[in-house]
Amino acid sequence: MRGGKDRSTLMCLGIPGRVVETWLEHGILMGKVDFDGVSKRVCLAHVPAVKPGDYVVVHVGFALSQIDEVEAKRVFAFLERMEQLDELAVESADEPGGDGSGV
Amino acid sequence: MKYLDEYRDPVAAEKLVQAITRTATRPWTIMEVCGGQTHTIVKYGIDEMLPRGIDLVHGPGCPVCVTSLETIDRAHAIASRPDVVFCSFGDMLRVPGSRGDLLQLKSHGSQVRVVYSPLDAVQIAAANPDRQVVFFAIGFETTAPPNAMAVWLAAERRLTNFSVLVSHVLVPPAITAILEAPDNRVQAFLGPGHVCTVVGYEEYEPIAARHGVPIVITGFEPVDMLEGLLMAVTRLEQGRAGVDNAYGRVVRREGNPASRALIEEVFEVCDRKWRGVGTIPASGLRLRERYRSFDAELRFDVDAIETQESAVCISGEILRGVRKPRECPAFATTCTPMTPLGATMVSAEGACAAYYAYGRHLETAPVTLHGV
Repeated sequence: MRGGKDRSTLMCLGIPGRVVETWLEHGILMGKVDFDGVSKRVCLAHVPAVKPGDYVVVHVGFALSQIDEVEAKRVFAFLERMEQLDELAVESADEPGGDGSGV
Repeated sequence: MKYLDEYRDPVAAEKLVQAITRTATRPWTIMEVCGGQTHTIVKYGIDEMLPRGIDLVHGPGCPVCVTSLETIDRAHAIASRPDVVFCSFGDMLRVPGSRGDLLQLKSHGSQVRVVYSPLDAVQIAAANPDRQVVFFAIGFETTAPPNAMAVWLAAERRLTNFSVLVSHVLVPPAITAILEAPDNRVQAFLGPGHVCTVVGYEEYEPIAARHGVPIVITGFEPVDMLEGLLMAVTRLEQGRAGVDNAYGRVVRREGNPASRALIEEVFEVCDRKWRGVGTIPASGLRLRERYRSFDAELRFDVDAIETQESAVCISGEILRGVRKPRECPAFATTCTPMTPLGATMVSAEGACAAYYAYGRHLETAPVTLHGV
């Protein structure tokens, strides 16, 4: 998933994704969120009621609100059209090659 | 119509344009605050389908753009240190400082890493105890909760090799500064939808009342923006100041209370210098005293920084809605996204970069599709 870093994205726009699983990490609610096939580790501490299958709006790896599925899919399609999904191409620190070993 | 066929709901968009055209009897100048909204306007040509006289000007809502040159230079100085792994959102890497950009440093061997999230920078710090890991914590209210969480988590985990270079900015003080400038011509604002998801819109209510302006909290899709514009024009025509929420399916008046509490726990309000605009009182966030040990500015001694901005660039006036990109002699000539001279061209989120990206510099004159 390297590449796509030459373009910039708009930090003010959250990206909707579907919660796949949740767990506690250092006492913080974390989860795996799927963005149309791209999986990310996301902090869910501020949307404490979410369950797997729910949709959240994520800013830089942090869920700020929960939204319904219809709204999530519509916003995702809009961001695709605006070519504003490149931040998903950046590896998370817990992904292969992204765990800090390469520094 | 030039752009309407690209809309998700062209019928709704057309009806909204007609309603705005029926409602507007006089010229009005309306500013959208957020860089995402600027992109929607320029990409979908919303400004060109509005009635003549409804002038959309573009606000300062691009965090990369308004990060001061001094801060960029400070980031450069810290990232140059051999013991430092400097982590940043990708958008900041190409912003030119006085001594080059972070991408050049990376190509010369410095440890500069693009991360998806500030929490990933915390992971990198935990995995590399022998390195100093610094995260470039910039942004408006939307990135404040994740950045605050990174610091809070680093404190919980007692990580002594993690710090943040903070250059956070806030929307409401910027709106106030625009309204109080003697040459202001903005009469209404489209408020930033996702910023208000976090902090709500209570803070906008006294601003609207004090300055007698409508502020309409608005989303990012074309139909959302046309709805926001119709509400703003309606209030302007009726002479009614106040705040409306046109993005109610996402934004609540109080925002997200947990996010507000975390921002309050980690950060405090401070004066902040905005690139192109200057210092705006109480317009930024910095670490509170009890988290000050995570402040990269204090951890790394950086020499006094002197910067020189372009004399030609009019980005300050563009950020305040006084002028537009095409009024600048340098726009798309000496100033392009590859050779930016100032704030509004340095990031894709800036108004000049948006005009350039969507070919506005190739058009001879604005196209008006609807007369009043």
